[in-house]
Amino acid sequence: MHLTFMEGNEAVAGGAMYAGCRFFAGYPITPATTIYHNMLQLLPPAGGICMQGEDEIASIGYCLGASMAGCKVMTATSGPGISLYSENISFALGSEIPIVIVDVQRLGPSTGSATKGADGDIQFLQWGNSGGLPGIVLAPSDVRDCFVLTVTAFNLAEEFRCPVFLASNKEIAMSRESVDTDSFASLPVYERRKAASGKDFLPFSLPAGQYVPDFLPIGGPSPVRQTSSTHGPDGYITTSPEIIADSQERLRDKLISAADRICIHEEYTAENAGTLIISYGVTARSAKALYEEKRKEGPVFSLLHLKSLWPVPENTIRRIAGKYERILVAEMNLGQYVREMQRILPGKEVRFLGQMNGQIITPQQIGRALEK
Amino acid sequence: MTLRNSSRPPVFCPGCSHERITQALDTALGQMGLKGNEIAIVSDIGCSGLFDTFFHTHAMHGLHGRALTYAAGLKMAAPDLHVIVTMGDGGLGIGGAHLLSACRRNLDLSLLILNNFNFGMTGGQFSATTPRDARLSSSFLNHLEQPFDVCKVAAAAGAPFVMRCSGYDKNLPDMITKALSYKGFSLLDIWGLCTGRYTQKNPLTPKMIEAQIAALPAFTGEIAENARQEYADQYRQIIADAKKVPDPPAIGKAFVPPETGKQEVIILGSAGQRIITAGEILCLAAMGGGMRVSQKNDYPITVLRGHSVSEVILSPDPIHYTGIEKPSLILALAQEGIERAGKMFSRTDEHCLIIQAADTQIPECRGKILRVDFQKLKIKNQDRALAALGILAAAKRGISAEMLEAAVQFRFKSHVQTKALETVKQASAFFSE
Repeated sequence: MHLTFMEGNEAVAGGAMYAGCRFFAGYPITPATTIYHNMLQLLPPAGGICMQGEDEIASIGYCLGASMAGCKVMTATSGPGISLYSENISFALGSEIPIVIVDVQRLGPSTGSATKGADGDIQFLQWGNSGGLPGIVLAPSDVRDCFVLTVTAFNLAEEFRCPVFLASNKEIAMSRESVDTDSFASLPVYERRKAASGKDFLPFSLPAGQYVPDFLPIGGPSPVRQTSSTHGPDGYITTSPEIIADSQERLRDKLISAADRICIHEEYTAENAGTLIISYGVTARSAKALYEEKRKEGPVFSLLHLKSLWPVPENTIRRIAGKYERILVAEMNLGQYVREMQRILPGKEVRFLGQMNGQIITPQQIGRALEK
Repeated sequence: MTLRNSSRPPVFCPGCSHERITQALDTALGQMGLKGNEIAIVSDIGCSGLFDTFFHTHAMHGLHGRALTYAAGLKMAAPDLHVIVTMGDGGLGIGGAHLLSACRRNLDLSLLILNNFNFGMTGGQFSATTPRDARLSSSFLNHLEQPFDVCKVAAAAGAPFVMRCSGYDKNLPDMITKALSYKGFSLLDIWGLCTGRYTQKNPLTPKMIEAQIAALPAFTGEIAENARQEYADQYRQIIADAKKVPDPPAIGKAFVPPETGKQEVIILGSAGQRIITAGEILCLAAMGGGMRVSQKNDYPITVLRGHSVSEVILSPDPIHYTGIEKPSLILALAQEGIERAGKMFSRTDEHCLIIQAADTQIPECRGKILRVDFQKLKIKNQDRALAALGILAAAKRGISAEMLEAAVQFRFKSHVQTKALETVKQASAFFSE
């Protein structure tokens, strides 16, 4: 086996290229900047475009324009930038513009600590939009995930025509690790579904049995309309309560109904264990380290490592959590995803371990939380 | 020929100049002989944001002030498309950074500013172009602020085509044609009447607009000193020669490491000691022994001063937790780094090897200390970390001499490699003594 030495951000860029990304725009911000640097190296020789926006709003704006022209697009930022992305995230959600958004989380709030990690944006990534529609959030935990989940993020963005977030973390993004890149070669790549004909094309009409409208690019042979306004199938403003309600519910249901299919997780089961640890991101690795260590001593706990967070894979989590008395949610914030677990696992003892001090939660801390 | 959308007639307030401008735009598009699918109208927010609906063209209507950003993405991705942006004077303010950027960049877009001196749709608040003495719903606030001349701003920011005109000018279609035909960023500042809000308390007529424009510096199109190659053309010209970056190289197992267990290594140094490069070389060396590795670095946000710390884990198994729990190897090379990570010393046990530079002090610890006087060995400060790796390899801790040599050969080329190998040799000779 041959190993390559790279950081998470480099793997994100590699994954984007593998998935067919043809347009990237970003604004410099630690700890996301090296994604932009890597894309600037990788895109031009492939005939793609990489731009530096005059601010984060411009960066995502360029991406939305390029996505509507048919390109697979990506942008990358951190907490302060994701806040500025917010109004365009709402646009992409409501107007079904595929885009991959990497949030290399750093310790907030606000400018916080540029070089300290956290998973403090997990609820923001889901609800940081006006209108309250769900999106998709994937959470890598290592360099390999950074590559694989970026490819997955592009596939999901194209399939569901929505923003897909990669909730990375400084601890993953800027740490270098040895990784086996040979295993990346067989990942599938998905393209957005194109309308068969441009004749009488309605940009938001739904072919029978589909949750997602077919796409045609702005700039193609048939005129295409895109709008951030509340629109009907024709892409013009509508005031019809029925059309509006149908559209809003569809935008919700297209993702929620697919939650368990979108779900990416790893399960480590100890026989007869009474506790299930649920974790994600870099924290899940500490849980895994503890699991590997304790496994030798006999059953202590099982581990559910979630790599997709939103939409919440409710059925999958309920099925896995069913037989445990206690749930311990460990995450690098003061309690965000644990709220979802409390919501979907009523009647279970749901404990929480979290911290916001720029440090990774250690295996020992998880061990102590189990003993309490 | 018309590209007007017969099912979507204009819906402007009676007397609004936007209606004339809509007609003039259609006439201009007809003069240019463009088909609807060759044009994208990107409209901003407010009354200017309605323009895309009146035409059978591609259309993108987005957020307030951001129209130029969507337009830039579209144009870069679809270079043959004629991209027209319609924006009011409100968009100029909120999208100021995008306006300046568009002027500086010179992407082939046409910006039609529907300048009617106030926010009409929201009830007549003041904008970036509202005269100080205007009477508006924002009360005295506009009396306190100076309006800007967008033509002067655009010219100063590098726009190669700037034209100011009245929405009532009989040559408006020709002027729009001229702006749209310009290869590069073109800006047309079209003055008009907002009959719904502005003119209710502020007397303004087409004649007055004409007189006011005549009294201002003339902007009639091309600005010679800003003329230059269009951005997208230049971009594509440059990237045509871009060479593909080789994939990051992979390393296979070629050596047997001297120790089989997990090693937690911390390199404590200062800026300029090439600490991070040494951490990388240590990782590459261990990878040559079939080990899994991770490296995390800590340094201040400014460069060339302060601490530089690298945490490295070498392991025969996959690495989960990437923090250092109990260091097995410490390279203490500068006081700044030692102070940054002083706590690490208290976690050592007797198996820990500490290579300590003679000019540093370290906290009490339980490990085996090997003091090295780098100055006496004539090893430069910048080579200290690499030399310490040479000592580590000679001591057969974590990596072997051949693993380190292979890593140096992998990482450096030509004379840098020769010098690095010499440094390593020099350091390992010290250890043998």
